[in-house]
Amino acid sequence: MAEHHCSLCHIGLEDLSVRRGGQVLLHDINMHIHCGQLTVLIGQNGAGKTTLIRALLGELPHGGSVRHLDGQNRDIPHVRIGYVPQNLQFDKEMPVTVSDFIAAAFSRRPVWSGISKKTRARVTEVLQAVDAGDLAGRRLGLCSGGELQRVLLALAIHPAPDLLVLDEPVSGVDQNGLELFLDTVLRLKESHHMAILLVSHDLRLVREYADHVVLLDKTVLCQGSAEYVFGSDEFNAVFGRGDGEVAN
Amino acid sequence: MQTIYALLDALLPIEAFQFTFMKNAFLAILLLTPLLGLLGTMAVNQQMAFFSDALGHSALTGIGLGMILGVGNDLVSMLIFGIVWALLIVRIRQTGSSSADTVISVFSSTSIAAGLLILAKGGKFARYSSLLIGDVLAVTPSDLLWLLIALIGGIALWCVIYNRLLLTGINSSLAASRGIRTRLIDAAFVVLVAVAVMLAIRWVGVMLINALLILPAAAGRNLATGSRQHALFSVLLSLTSGIAGLLCAYAWDTSAGAAIVLFAAAFYGLSLLVRALRKR
Repeated sequence: MAEHHCSLCHIGLEDLSVRRGGQVLLHDINMHIHCGQLTVLIGQNGAGKTTLIRALLGELPHGGSVRHLDGQNRDIPHVRIGYVPQNLQFDKEMPVTVSDFIAAAFSRRPVWSGISKKTRARVTEVLQAVDAGDLAGRRLGLCSGGELQRVLLALAIHPAPDLLVLDEPVSGVDQNGLELFLDTVLRLKESHHMAILLVSHDLRLVREYADHVVLLDKTVLCQGSAEYVFGSDEFNAVFGRGDGEVAN
Repeated sequence: MQTIYALLDALLPIEAFQFTFMKNAFLAILLLTPLLGLLGTMAVNQQMAFFSDALGHSALTGIGLGMILGVGNDLVSMLIFGIVWALLIVRIRQTGSSSADTVISVFSSTSIAAGLLILAKGGKFARYSSLLIGDVLAVTPSDLLWLLIALIGGIALWCVIYNRLLLTGINSSLAASRGIRTRLIDAAFVVLVAVAVMLAIRWVGVMLINALLILPAAAGRNLATGSRQHALFSVLLSLTSGIAGLLCAYAWDTSAGAAIVLFAAAFYGLSLLVRALRKR
């Protein structure tokens, strides 16, 4: 992977809102995602976590602003976002190998005409970086949830993004797979000083790994360190006291 | 043209090819089936079989509208209407994704009805009935030139969009996060399919065109593990069905389009068998 300099201090969301068909999905979102930090988005199903991500990716029109600012609060254009979707819903019978999938993203040469040696070497390299070197020849539809997650991560971090957005899978990934995945992510955070936004449902892992936690329900209810958020009244109102104790 | 005919005589000294119309038909199949085979791989992967079927039906409306508006060339009317129709269906599919197949069905039946209404006026539909079943034996050298241009242009565009289309087909959010303009790529693909279908329709027929696009690719999918194999199998099966169908139609004096599609269907059946045996 190319040397990645921290050209970005934070990504600031100001008064971000999303409306669709007369419905308010998100309103008054104000938060910062700092580089070199793992920011975790938590909230119940339907709280708008995925909507927020889709707005960040530019897929949904939104009000307010998303600004990418450097240390001197100057705007930085063209910030690269790496995205790992939650569960890749695709046709599992599709004859596409992991190599085809990654080579299609890296190379202009249509993968049906074959993959050049150079591209193949690069594919192997990026897969090995996420402990998935043995998956290259496998059909994409035959990968397990955890394997697919690593393949998607390999793709998201090449070329190195300024912001890495991870939508944690709800199902299909076992605890081991999840920890292996998070280990890789944390290694990236340290080595590349990436800003990482993770949507997570696993409160125990959030408490262990998060640098900054944002509790969402249509808007930001509460944000701060995991300890602060987990102890807040808003958190207890959303998750109930029981869940907070489990996380403790 | 004479050189090509002479070459065919030298390479394929079979009785059927003593006729120029058979040579033309053979060349048309050589030009048309690889493009349909390639496009079919993605049409199958993106579950667009029903879509391309509706597209084929719209040829009737295209010709009908062309007649009303006074467009002299049927192919031009079909192409323009086919492209507009394809983009419209895709647009509606993108906005209200809940029941794509209902939307497509509405489009399909509307275009057949509208086409019939216009073309059957005054009892003159018989003139157009050849469009329903197609006639590959009526290909002329100037048609072949058009097919050659379409083949080259189509494959060139296919090479440009393929990788991005593959990523978009797997996950459009992921594709968008990598800077791919997913709607543009989707639109380019359906336009390409529309052009290929409209060019082929006179030779294969409205009723069978979709089978030729879908069956070889569906069979290839049963056999392939990766994109390269899929393309290879699909093109090979498409070519083989085309040539075998043409020769059988000549031998039995029947519709070439039907024979071609039946060969493709037989290959699909075989591919299912192969897949079942492999799984055991």
